[in-house]
Amino acid sequence: MNLVNFRFETGADGVALATWDMPERTMNVITPEVMDELEQLIDTVVAAPDVKGCVIASGKTAFSGGADLSMLQHGAAQYARALKEQGEDAANKHFFEFSRRLSLLYRKLETCGKPFAVAIHGVCLGGAFELALACHYRVMADDEKTKVGLPEIKVGLFPGAGGTQRVSRIMQTGDALQFLFRGDQIKPRAALGAKLVHEIAPKSEIVERARAFIVNGGKAQAPWDAKEFKTPSGRVFSPTGMMIWPAANAIYRRETYDNYPAAKAILHAVYEGLQLPMDQALTVESRWFAHILRSKEAAAMIRSLFLSKNELDKGAHRPKDVGPTNLKKIGIIGAGFMGAGVGYISALNGLDVVLIDRDQESADKGVVTIDKLISSSVSKGRATAADKDSLMARVVATADYAALKGCDLVLEAVFEDRAVKADVTKRAQEVVGADVIFASNTSTLPITSLAETTQKPENFIGIHFFSPVEKMLLVEVILGEKTSDRALATALDFVRIIKKTPIVVNDSRGFFANRCVLNYVREGQIMLVDGVPPAMIENVARMAGMPVGPLSLNDEVALDLGWKILQATKKDLGEGSVDPAQERVLRFMVEENSRFGRKNGKGFYDYQANGTKSLWPGLSALAQSELDPDTLDVAEMKQRFLVTQAVEAARAMAERVVTDPREADVGSILGFGFAPFTGGVISYIDGMGTKNFVALCDKLAATYGPRFEPPQLLRDMAAKGETFYGRFMPQKMAA
Amino acid sequence: MPDAFIYDAVRTPRGRGKPDGSLHEVSSLGLAVTALQAVRERNKLAGPEIDDVILGCVDPVGEAGGDIARAAAISSGYSYKVPGVQINRFCASGLDSVNFAAGEIMSGQHDLAIGGGVESMSRVGIGASGGAWPVDPTIAIPSYFMPQGVSADLIATKYGFSRDDVDAYAVESQKRAAKAWEEGRFKHSIVPVKDVNGITLLDRDEHMRPGTDMQSLAALKPSFAFYAEQGGFDAVAIQAHPEVEKLNYVHHAGNSSGIVDGAAAVLVGSKEAGEQHGLKPRVKIRAYANIGSDPALMLTGPVDVTKKVLHRAGMTIADIDLFEVNEAFAAVVLRYLEAFDLDPAKVNVNGGAIAMGHPLGATGAMLMGIAIDELERTGKSTALVTLCIGAGMGTATIVERV
Repeated sequence: MNLVNFRFETGADGVALATWDMPERTMNVITPEVMDELEQLIDTVVAAPDVKGCVIASGKTAFSGGADLSMLQHGAAQYARALKEQGEDAANKHFFEFSRRLSLLYRKLETCGKPFAVAIHGVCLGGAFELALACHYRVMADDEKTKVGLPEIKVGLFPGAGGTQRVSRIMQTGDALQFLFRGDQIKPRAALGAKLVHEIAPKSEIVERARAFIVNGGKAQAPWDAKEFKTPSGRVFSPTGMMIWPAANAIYRRETYDNYPAAKAILHAVYEGLQLPMDQALTVESRWFAHILRSKEAAAMIRSLFLSKNELDKGAHRPKDVGPTNLKKIGIIGAGFMGAGVGYISALNGLDVVLIDRDQESADKGVVTIDKLISSSVSKGRATAADKDSLMARVVATADYAALKGCDLVLEAVFEDRAVKADVTKRAQEVVGADVIFASNTSTLPITSLAETTQKPENFIGIHFFSPVEKMLLVEVILGEKTSDRALATALDFVRIIKKTPIVVNDSRGFFANRCVLNYVREGQIMLVDGVPPAMIENVARMAGMPVGPLSLNDEVALDLGWKILQATKKDLGEGSVDPAQERVLRFMVEENSRFGRKNGKGFYDYQANGTKSLWPGLSALAQSELDPDTLDVAEMKQRFLVTQAVEAARAMAERVVTDPREADVGSILGFGFAPFTGGVISYIDGMGTKNFVALCDKLAATYGPRFEPPQLLRDMAAKGETFYGRFMPQKMAA
Repeated sequence: MPDAFIYDAVRTPRGRGKPDGSLHEVSSLGLAVTALQAVRERNKLAGPEIDDVILGCVDPVGEAGGDIARAAAISSGYSYKVPGVQINRFCASGLDSVNFAAGEIMSGQHDLAIGGGVESMSRVGIGASGGAWPVDPTIAIPSYFMPQGVSADLIATKYGFSRDDVDAYAVESQKRAAKAWEEGRFKHSIVPVKDVNGITLLDRDEHMRPGTDMQSLAALKPSFAFYAEQGGFDAVAIQAHPEVEKLNYVHHAGNSSGIVDGAAAVLVGSKEAGEQHGLKPRVKIRAYANIGSDPALMLTGPVDVTKKVLHRAGMTIADIDLFEVNEAFAAVVLRYLEAFDLDPAKVNVNGGAIAMGHPLGATGAMLMGIAIDELERTGKSTALVTLCIGAGMGTATIVERV
């Protein structure tokens, strides 16, 4: 055997131990080389007469994160190439064989005739957990860090190496589907309860326990290969099956709006697989896996939600020549919800936090907010009382600016008013000096102009959080005209410490995310005036892939705020700068009916005391005509919601507000939940092709107005057949 | 093309579809035999002159499986020479079997045939035959599968029928059915079900609740809310018809069709065959049609198929004197009335399945018999019989008195 990624030794008891420990990697991943070596391992165990069986364990701090997704990302592109070169039949077959290799390998292990046991510590996910599921015995370390799961669904894939078939033969069908749909990571006790593992043990004993299974004559046969095996929920066509499957199909639609082919493939694979013996069931699963692997959705989701997000998390745009910034202590001015939220995640991630507000009482309110956030984590079992104590000890709240002394970064989150911002900046700089990087959390004021009020504009930067800070993963880092590399590096290092994903944006009105979101909200308002039934606006927006309808979103943000911004925009940019329909809607809601949104319990929705909401019947007064819903084109409505955002993103790219398509994509999904199955605003355009997108924009512009007109950049790209990824980052083209 | 005439139509009374129902002890075959024997005896048929027996059955499994029509033909004494075939178009099967028989006559391939249907819901159970539609993602997802009651609630919500609207319809159905029985309007066609000793087991529809009023219905809880919400079907309904904010759950046991046992048979033949066997034609089949409709609303097929069959017949809605629209759920009929702006006095004049029950595969043939009796009683000329169907279909037949 020629093993690089495994150590293999056979003990005196005849049990082999294969320790998975890949050189030059901190985490084991499944690569083609790992598959080759596993194959050799199995052959060796089977061939050696003195080897009774084999235990697989990890030499790393965790078992494995699963397959190397960059290996799978190019599925769609590979298939497209094969299609061109080999024709459809050969390409289909070739791709099917390629994508089932891992599944066949695991089945070989499962049926090789000698027992395999696995000892799991740390995370064991995706393809790695599927390896474990194929082993005849699974021992899991009983500690905090050890979790198992099949998270493939989160990047538009599904467990295609036997996962759907083995899980649905271990768990009740309903539970199995839920486990596969959600992609959750499960702790040891829950995994044992669900029968996903056979035994839990202290980490130091797991290999011995696994070994004991083999020494004690553990069978080399999976339960489902025994003649008497019955699936946990019985036959698909049975009264039980009739209770399970109609609801499973409905819940799939409820949760996905039928936008996620991978989730549907899970249903197909389990439904069809449960009616077949294991080998055929695995073949059927593989057919669906090949089908999904070459889907546009999987390619786009792997790229944006996994690869690009990881690259941005690691600081893709951090200036390389700036040394480590070693942030230890940060100052936050403004202890409102936003400031306190930033303080919370900073302290949570080990930073010392100075929280400043105009008086002690206001500063203390921020501490209360932080206390609530960490206490809620404690009560949910996500943190311990000791965690809370040490977190709270890192937070100092005061009205005294002198406490800022020694801060490595100061961030202001005060009221959106230039004078107030200039004042707190000045007071802070008097204490910390002009060389400390200063950040503003403004969402509306240009960074360049705020920077002008400071002593050294090059040390000023925007760090724009989204609310609620503790939940929203995205941060926009905004460069003013003079912002230095050191300021950018500091901001990105800070964002990395607090485990958010940054996108770097050039200064412009609304930056990036809010520009797109405002268009989305406005489209809903225009539809309202056009006479689309309000429920249809909301439902179709969700069907398009958005997490909340535009009217709901507007209610959350507050209508009076929107009305104020609209008036300010009109004042700054002139009469033609606002949409008359939007103006009509906001005036009607705010001025004429005092409906400000969720905050006063009255917006597009009426908010009941019991937490439910229903659309306000008075909205019908806004409709200029009553449209018959049966005559409305739902597919086109969905396009309007997505295109209005995507075309705005294209404009932002054209204006160089965003320069990297990865940032636009990741930012759109994490920042405002843009239809994740598309891969984000830019992948949405690339996915349909710039030529088709421009044609769609032109069609919508002709019917609904110039707000859909594409920027010249897009027309140029369409003419040349370019994509955003092709033009702006050629090395990332494949999607 | 030869014309097809209906010479006779019989049906068993409908027994409550539960273990305490009067027909629970009678097998599916026994019910079918009761109807078929009656046709043979009433029309003095020798037996072998019947070219085919076509029976609708929606759950043709177990005792109702394996081509019950052939078994029923032999057991009813028609002679081993009479073949049989069982068909299934869900709730319209009984009407489709009449239409299929008519089609054979019109094409000149058969001279005399029987269409009908049988369903012992108390013995076989609704849904017993399974099928891909609700369970296989390949069809369940694109067809927006939801239980029929949820579709009925979707219709009510979409078209704005309130709980009062549907309950008022149900009260009227009970009233009309009670009056029809009282006046003996069904007596010509009902065949009592008897035991082996000739003792009558049931001679009257036993699902009816003549005393039903708005108040008693108001006490009933909606039947489909829980399952719709727990099973995710409310979301399916809304995604199919996104103008709906939330479903208004208005249907319950009192304004939905009853679960019952029963069978029916209709004798169809050409003019010549009738003359040859000394039979008197009662109605001529003017036209029939089938159609697929929105599978999410599922039960609005009668509207679509009525338009189609009227077009085929070269008629307008005003040319129809009498309508039988199966009362699967109250909202189905309310939607039908609204779509054609019909006078309720022309529709289901003797009540319907809400009062008397809906023995799935048999109902279509029963409605045909009821329509013919009513045309003769009132001296009117044309009737249209239609049923809504699972998975979104509609079947309709227009007959004209001769």
